[in-house]
Amino acid sequence: MRILVKKVLRPPTIGLSPMEYQALSKQISPKPTVVKNSIRAFFVGGLICMIGQIIINLFRLGGLTFPEASAATSAVLIFLGALLTGLGVYDHIARFAGAGSIVPITGFANSIVAPALEFKREGYVLGVGARLFQIAGPVLVYGIVTSIIVGLIFFLLH
Amino acid sequence: MNSRKVGNQTVIYVNQPVILSSYSIVGPMEGKGPLGKTFDLVWTDSLNGEKSWELAESKMLQNAMQGALNKSGIPEAEIDYILTGDLLNQIMASNFAARALALPFIGLYGACSTMALGIAVGSMFLDGGFAQNILVGVSSHHDSAERQFRLPTEHGSQRAMSAQWTVTGAGSLVLAREGSGPRITAATIGRVLDYGGKDVNNMGAAMAPAVADTMVNHFQDLNRKPKDYDLIISGDLGTYGLALAHKVLRQSGVDIGREYTDCGTMIYNPDQDVHAGASGCACSAVVLAGDIIQRLKSGELKRVLLVGSGSLHSPTSALQGQSIPGIGHAVVIEA
Repeated sequence: MRILVKKVLRPPTIGLSPMEYQALSKQISPKPTVVKNSIRAFFVGGLICMIGQIIINLFRLGGLTFPEASAATSAVLIFLGALLTGLGVYDHIARFAGAGSIVPITGFANSIVAPALEFKREGYVLGVGARLFQIAGPVLVYGIVTSIIVGLIFFLLH
Repeated sequence: MNSRKVGNQTVIYVNQPVILSSYSIVGPMEGKGPLGKTFDLVWTDSLNGEKSWELAESKMLQNAMQGALNKSGIPEAEIDYILTGDLLNQIMASNFAARALALPFIGLYGACSTMALGIAVGSMFLDGGFAQNILVGVSSHHDSAERQFRLPTEHGSQRAMSAQWTVTGAGSLVLAREGSGPRITAATIGRVLDYGGKDVNNMGAAMAPAVADTMVNHFQDLNRKPKDYDLIISGDLGTYGLALAHKVLRQSGVDIGREYTDCGTMIYNPDQDVHAGASGCACSAVVLAGDIIQRLKSGELKRVLLVGSGSLHSPTSALQGQSIPGIGHAVVIEA
């Protein structure tokens, strides 16, 4: 651990070394509530997927083929995610659900619409345009890089 | 030389500056908290008709300073300096509020310790005869802080259990050489300490060593004990930072007890889901400008030690993997 504290502090100072302090801090600081978060994420994520399935079924009943119905459902869910972000509701859902509302496609919509709303005040070019992918950008960059690598491996193996 | 400096870091004011008036404004969420009734004004909307969070914050600061001025009865032209600071890049809220007031202006940056820093420095000006009246003000805004330090406000994510909630608010004081009110009697300027904390979602832990160090030096410089104060209150260590500071102080041989608490634990109710409490420049400022000064005036408190706590990182330093430097500035306020 590299600690940027002056080696010899003029006394008096606190009676702990940085190492001892970090150990104490670790002991007192709260642990993330992993189990609670996982359960909430499971149910809310599942609920979003169930809504998606219902929409697919409705489109299928309306006469769309399966690929058409899934594409249309994605569009509906993206719209709903964006709408709930615009209404200021999605961040409250996510505070409760965590990954359950971040991972589905509605979360992706939220990650684009939230910066769009936030940075509109800095204008459409250097605000919205430049910062639209502030959160989604890394997901896209590494998603695409990973797909290239996987594609190359697949190409070489065949 | 008749030095006002005692010990290593402390100054004792000879011509003790007086807090002529104080004014606090908070956002709707803070207004619903346990201290809701102690604030002068509660905004019902945190944007309050402004075009951006930053402009809303600046307006809040400007209104708070105007409020303190009006309460003091001092004409605007008799204010020698305004000393203000906030958390935004280039202290935007302060600069724009100072533009509206158009008085001689000194911008400060002590992160969330800025109110204590402003009182300490302003009192030096007053005691030294460099000014008759000084206006001190600070602000912070939950949404402007979120978008600068963290994520867009509408982005859905879960906050860490150790994270604190930036107070939307502004606090202002008029300090004067003459008049009646609580007096500033001493101040201890802190040094920047970094004990290796890197978690920007656990700033209380990053600041606690610096706050404890300032307190240890304060007690030694003035040869005082915690029991000499009715209230010792740090700025915004929050729940876990306060617990850490208590442990650190006891391990440093300071006999500290229930008289020591933290402004960050006072602003929100537990059911407001803010996790580790409140933070931000306004955290200590609105608790001081409201609750503490009211209790000093009512005689409930005689001598208070306010230790403003500042986390001196930037979004850039955090991304570059640097640990968080902290600072604590202490001021003694007596009824």
